Amino acid sequence: VSDVAVVDIGMGNVGSVANMVRKAGGSATVAADPEQLSGAPRVVLPGVGAFDEAMVRLRERGFAPVLDQLVERGDVPVLGICLGMQLLADRSEEGVEPGLGWIPGSVRRLPAEAPDGTPVKVPHMGWSRVSAPRAHPLIDELDADARFYFVHSYAYDPVDEGAVLLRARYGGRPIVAGVAAGAVMGVQFHPEKSHRHGLALLRSFLAAAP
Amino acid sequence: VTVVGVELTDDDAEAPRVIPCLLLEGDRLVKTQRFAEPAYVGDPVNVLSIFNSFEVDEIVLLDIGAARTRTPTPIAQLRHYAEECFIPLGYGGGLSTLAEVEAVLAAGYEKVVLNTALDRHPELVSEASRVFGAQAVVASIDVVGGVGGAVRTEGSTHDVGADPVAWARRAEELGAGELLITSVDREGTMEGFDLELVAAVAAAVGIPVIAHGGAGRRKQLAEPITSASASAVAAGSLFVYQGTNRGVLINYPTRPQLERLMGR
Repeated sequence: VSDVAVVDIGMGNVGSVANMVRKAGGSATVAADPEQLSGAPRVVLPGVGAFDEAMVRLRERGFAPVLDQLVERGDVPVLGICLGMQLLADRSEEGVEPGLGWIPGSVRRLPAEAPDGTPVKVPHMGWSRVSAPRAHPLIDELDADARFYFVHSYAYDPVDEGAVLLRARYGGRPIVAGVAAGAVMGVQFHPEKSHRHGLALLRSFLAAAP
Repeated sequence: VTVVGVELTDDDAEAPRVIPCLLLEGDRLVKTQRFAEPAYVGDPVNVLSIFNSFEVDEIVLLDIGAARTRTPTPIAQLRHYAEECFIPLGYGGGLSTLAEVEAVLAAGYEKVVLNTALDRHPELVSEASRVFGAQAVVASIDVVGGVGGAVRTEGSTHDVGADPVAWARRAEELGAGELLITSVDREGTMEGFDLELVAAVAAAVGIPVIAHGGAGRRKQLAEPITSASASAVAAGSLFVYQGTNRGVLINYPTRPQLERLMGR
């Protein structure tokens, strides 16, 4: 059994995520079938694209109930990446499908205007620094100047402030760059495309005790 | 040392991206001048892994042979290049179907770069944007003669009959998430960016503009950002040559150097 099962619903760069897991010293299985999740000690839920399309595919391909069970058991660390993090929410302004609802909250469109009225380019695309409100094993190994590659038009707004793992700034406002509750974690950026900083984060994920 | 309690300012929000733009011909990396005279600069795997170790912001890889033959680089070759790159990658060259776009994205690339397709297969720009998101679609516009000049496709051999600003607006309407604006007249000359061209395009569209063509000194990297409203800059010669005598030396500014260059 590999260290990490990477959920493959045909949306986004599962190959890059699996590569980075291997670079971080772990083994990875790309799971196109939910049966491949059974016995996996850790699961990564990547994703690029539209919220509704991803939720429909997770349900139609049978991933949603299997993942629900894993999360209910609470003994398998799950990491959502980019859209995969947004799927952890209850809902998104991008669509009408319900999300996985594991970390209560809504996903909202990034404002096209800063508080001072200057226009803001959406999507947020580029490298941004991050800050954590409190310590967490997933971010233990990050340098203070860690930067990550972001590409997103929507951002997580968790109900519980305590679920905020990381924040970044964009368009003159703080945005949620990471969430965590129990064994469920998510990051808005792409660790698999954030060279040594992403590597440090994935190493910590590999060290996360089931 | 961790990121706990780090103070963020708006300067940390999003630094302008500085992008090596690499030209592929077959299985070799080359550098051209005004889209001609391709000179060998190195083995792609080797050069990409050096840029990866420099922690560059992003890489754009353009197959100049594919742009002419309309046949993309073989996917196995592209996948091989992506395997050691833990940074964002874009690929362009010969893409004309949605299946080709999907294959490139699945091979480890975040973005596809469409140029001739804007003219020959405009529906591909829209479909790729709808299916994979606008952030995955870069419209590349090659310009001869500056802001009042002509847009050329197919490796600058075909004139589309539109001016750069009109073509840029059209690309945005088709669904491109970003524009790569290349001055053919400056490309490889190391004489500096065509700031007038970049400024005119950036003012006409709401999507990010990457300025490309002409960077010869590091100091020039900030100019499209500070005086032409570009969101990013791309350069070839500057990052593969040492000085204007064009001795091959793969290089990239360090992060503190970049911050100084960008006045942060």
